[in-house]
Amino acid sequence: MIAATTAPVAALLAAEGPALDFPILTMLVIVPIVGAVLVALTRRTRPELTKLIALISSITTGALSVWLLYAFEAGDGGFQFTSKHVWIEQWGISWHLGVDGISLFLIVLTGVLFPLSIIGIDPHHDERPYLAWLLMLEAGVMGSFISLDLFLFFIFFEIVLVPMYFLIGGWGYENRVYAATKFFLYTMFGSAFMLVGLIATAWIARDDLGRLSFDLVEIAEGADFAATTGRWLFFAFAVAFAVKVPIFPLHTWLPDAHTQAPTAGSVVLAGVMLKLGTYGFLRFGLYLFPEAAVWSRSLWLTLAVIGIIYGAIVATMQKDLKRLVAYSSVAHLGFIILGTFAFTSQAISGSVLQMVNHGVSTGALFLLVGMVYERRKTRQISELKGIQQVAPIFAAGFMVVMLSSIGVPGLNGFIGEYLILIGSFQTARWWAVVATVGVILAALYLLWAYQRVFHGEPDDENRTFRELQPTEGLVLLPFLAAIVFVGVYPKPLLDRIEPSVDVLVTHVAERSDFEVPEIGTQFSVPPDTHGDDDGDDHGDADDHGDEGGE
Amino acid sequence: MTDVVWLVPLFPLVGFVTILLFGRRLGEPRAGYVATAMVLASFVVSVGLFFDLLSKSEDEREHVETLFSWVPVASLQIDMAFLVDPLSVTMLLFVTGISALIHLYAVGYMHGDPKFSKFFLYLNLFVLSMTLLVLGENLLVTFLGWEGVGTCSYFLISFWHTRESAATAGKKAFVTNRVGDFGVMIAMFLSFSAVGSISYLDLNGSALGGSLTETTATAIAALLFLGAVGKSAQLPLYFWLPDAMEGPTPVSALIHAATMVTAGVFLMVRVNPVLFVAAGWIGPLIAWVGAITALFAATIALAQTDIKKVLAYSTVSQLGYMFLAVGTGAYVAAIFHMVTHAFFKALLFLGSGSVIHGMHDEQDMRKMGKLFRFMPVTAGTFIIGWLAIAGVPPFAGFWSKDEILLFALADSPALYLIGIITAILTAFYMTRQVVMTFFGQQQWTSHANEAEAPELTDDEIAAGVEPAETHGAHGEFKPHESPPTMLLPLIVLAGLAIAGGIIQLPSLGIIPKDLQHKLEDWLHPIVPGEADITGTWAYDNKWILIAIAVACAVVGIIGAYLVYERREREPFEPQLFADGWNYDRAISWFMGNPGRQGFEGAATFDARVVDGAVNGVATAVRETAGQVRKGQTGYVRQYAGVIGIGVVLLLAWFVVIRGIL
Repeated sequence: MIAATTAPVAALLAAEGPALDFPILTMLVIVPIVGAVLVALTRRTRPELTKLIALISSITTGALSVWLLYAFEAGDGGFQFTSKHVWIEQWGISWHLGVDGISLFLIVLTGVLFPLSIIGIDPHHDERPYLAWLLMLEAGVMGSFISLDLFLFFIFFEIVLVPMYFLIGGWGYENRVYAATKFFLYTMFGSAFMLVGLIATAWIARDDLGRLSFDLVEIAEGADFAATTGRWLFFAFAVAFAVKVPIFPLHTWLPDAHTQAPTAGSVVLAGVMLKLGTYGFLRFGLYLFPEAAVWSRSLWLTLAVIGIIYGAIVATMQKDLKRLVAYSSVAHLGFIILGTFAFTSQAISGSVLQMVNHGVSTGALFLLVGMVYERRKTRQISELKGIQQVAPIFAAGFMVVMLSSIGVPGLNGFIGEYLILIGSFQTARWWAVVATVGVILAALYLLWAYQRVFHGEPDDENRTFRELQPTEGLVLLPFLAAIVFVGVYPKPLLDRIEPSVDVLVTHVAERSDFEVPEIGTQFSVPPDTHGDDDGDDHGDADDHGDEGGE
Repeated sequence: MTDVVWLVPLFPLVGFVTILLFGRRLGEPRAGYVATAMVLASFVVSVGLFFDLLSKSEDEREHVETLFSWVPVASLQIDMAFLVDPLSVTMLLFVTGISALIHLYAVGYMHGDPKFSKFFLYLNLFVLSMTLLVLGENLLVTFLGWEGVGTCSYFLISFWHTRESAATAGKKAFVTNRVGDFGVMIAMFLSFSAVGSISYLDLNGSALGGSLTETTATAIAALLFLGAVGKSAQLPLYFWLPDAMEGPTPVSALIHAATMVTAGVFLMVRVNPVLFVAAGWIGPLIAWVGAITALFAATIALAQTDIKKVLAYSTVSQLGYMFLAVGTGAYVAAIFHMVTHAFFKALLFLGSGSVIHGMHDEQDMRKMGKLFRFMPVTAGTFIIGWLAIAGVPPFAGFWSKDEILLFALADSPALYLIGIITAILTAFYMTRQVVMTFFGQQQWTSHANEAEAPELTDDEIAAGVEPAETHGAHGEFKPHESPPTMLLPLIVLAGLAIAGGIIQLPSLGIIPKDLQHKLEDWLHPIVPGEADITGTWAYDNKWILIAIAVACAVVGIIGAYLVYERREREPFEPQLFADGWNYDRAISWFMGNPGRQGFEGAATFDARVVDGAVNGVATAVRETAGQVRKGQTGYVRQYAGVIGIGVVLLLAWFVVIRGIL
């Protein structure tokens, strides 16, 4: 696996790329890899140097991603900062990178989340390999989000597993080996399907393209798969993504992995890694196989809605704080899948935004739960009590993050959920209605947990619970700022997300029989043609029996 | 000056941020005064807005002030925008006005609380949310405020969070409200589907313009009503409100009586054109839910012994009147009653807070009595509030209730009958409360410590012997009047409870034409007025209705006087009423038993079946692999091998069976 990473680097260095002034996307991958290598090479006796290198490389990556955000042209739905270098010519594999509105904020989130995790979380032992793995992880995640080549994506997608496996197995908690193995095997199982799928895809697309190519854009725009073939290929990809998301009923690796992972592992897992699945559905599922995605949408919508309700219900009864947050992720990611398969601009934009929101909110929740564990050496809800009384600032921070997760308007989580639901309501009415019930349940499980942990009179060891420390506060602050900012003023994000989503929506509509109903005319008489309101209120054949039918 | 409407929410926002950053440094009482000043500033701006609109002609009184584009995605364009019109300004006036008074009161009431500044932090955040709620130009801005007030309500109910009951009550309020929010959200989605917008102007415009079909309008109306039922504590979702009394009394007055709980009524009035287009059963549904809630809650109030619980059930009951009004098309009356109710119920709650304060945190009315002498200002103002809610002319409540009953009779005699019975019960339980608290038998000397506190004999009291003023559980104690910061709001509210009716006097011969229907004229044309019922029997016989209403009030008052003051009759307080018809208990039981078991079952299912299947497969594979490759160690390698085989098989399958190559 390690050898596989260095290969593209070598290829890149070999290929002189005069097309680009500064290969920023490539740097996003290279910088953490270089950091990881340097960290691994430092002497055991120089721990401070190790940390410094890790910080410098992760902060540089973060700064690059923020610069990318600044330089990104809003309103352009296509790929920007693209760079393409031939890697393995005879197989049509290239080092093809690019960023659009769908991946932009995930890249920025990755860039910002890693330095914060490195600053804010202490691994307690073996810091050198820990940091090296963490930086490798960053490179893998970054690479996955910027790859526009199927093979390249697959490599990065797989690379991610290795550092995560070692992070959970090496720095995790009591049951870490079981959890790490389960995580690794489960996702490898999915990946196997994807490997087959992507090779088959490139092979079949050869007929349309005239040559073998793994290039995402070439295949998506140029290949025309027969319906059945496309469906099989789509499912090969979908299994891998569904495990990664995870979609019910493939979710059970997640609570174990989350619970046993060290705090940084949980933060990264929830923050960005799960998004590889939801991102994969958008980038590779819908984009490559629009017909198959439309054809199978009822299945995904149903599983998404089950995930929303089921995840929330199971979360309610969890006794371990981390498991609770993990199940809440199942519910939240259900929303993202729902939006993805609704195929409207609002819903998919909401999904993309919600990927970022979930990363911020759930990342922050894991950070906070990690702080609880550091103090009390337990994650059991029943052993915690009355913390608000002794640590009000800590409690307030937790409260804001929790309200964001519940989806209270004015905070980020609401905007994403709202867009997903209002968009899905147009094309997947009853699924959206059932999903909205999840909004009630989210309040139930989080407030109940909050009450048991923070309210009441503190007892025993909870009486000496340490208040939020300045460093911790500093790490938490960017999360809180993002939570409030996106909730109050999401426009800058939406302005960058929407054009790319529109491109995707149009792509899906053009290459399938899916029609997005005209909004503003459903269930109402158009002002000029009174009396004829049948026929325009059904978006697709799956919708039956809505209020519009008279 | 409508373009500076953003100042109204800005001031409490500034107050919130100031206290957030400097709350501890400001400390008591400065944090309280900062918060009060900010709300007062909002009130001043609201008054300015009022006069500005007043100076304009009727059709120029609608102004949309857009701050920024909030949620813009393709065809969905939602602005952070405010709608300034007579309805929102009416709401602003009483919301900010009463809020300012209650802030001032709280400076005295929260004296000595270790979380003094935090209380005002929440309170300012509440006012911010409430102003957003009423000013919203579209459903989403209103929903922002709607959820904001709900969240503040949660914070403030569980303000004394070390108390388990307070923490539970806060959570209960939030979750119950979310059930209603479900309706509001779906209504927004439907509105977007139907008219491509969630702006009130577009939605109402399409209803008025005839492009909104009856079915859609019905669905939107019913869904918004679900939200209103949750927020305004109507059947079947009322049960969070009595528990909400766990919060500090100023919170009960502000949030759970005067402002937040009326948001549901406001929302229904805001979308009244949609209600008009909706199917014929929507109006009666709203009216009947309101009427039954009014009667139901009034019966419970009859048997409560907690001074605040009586008022809580009374609030539920009075909100029921407002929905009765909405359902019978009496939108002006609904707003009118909302305003007068805000005056007298805030007054009553603050008065009860003053009593609790003076009685050293005693809330049980059975341990009060004869407090009039010790707390004359509290008692005097409370009595004014009592007369107002009981419907005694010319106090404010009389006029608004009378108008609701007028519309109820014009609509259906059955609704009217329920309204009348509720009015009698209201007069009865409020008289009971006044007697038990301020008159009747003195019950409280024994309260402090039964063994040590010597009972005062009636003779001693008559002779003016006053118990020594000591605090705490030891020895006797004397109830005391509250500080001026608490009394001033009481006096102002008492004034409003007396004269509040003037804003909407009925069209009776003896009242000068210039003074009639001021509120209705002001709200015209956004809210339809009395024209609908002119010509009905009820409209032509208003004097009879007034006579009946007054008679009801008198019957209720005299009845309670005979029972509780003169003790000529046994009190009628069945346990069923005291227990709130066991409704709350049934819900709690359901949530605690089958509900919880169901959730528990899902969790077990997940662990055993879903995850069990995964582990089962893993075990099976491991065992098989172990058989095949004995001597190998390291799980991952084994499985990687198996997966490798799988890949090959899949490839083979693709190639051979599907014939891909």
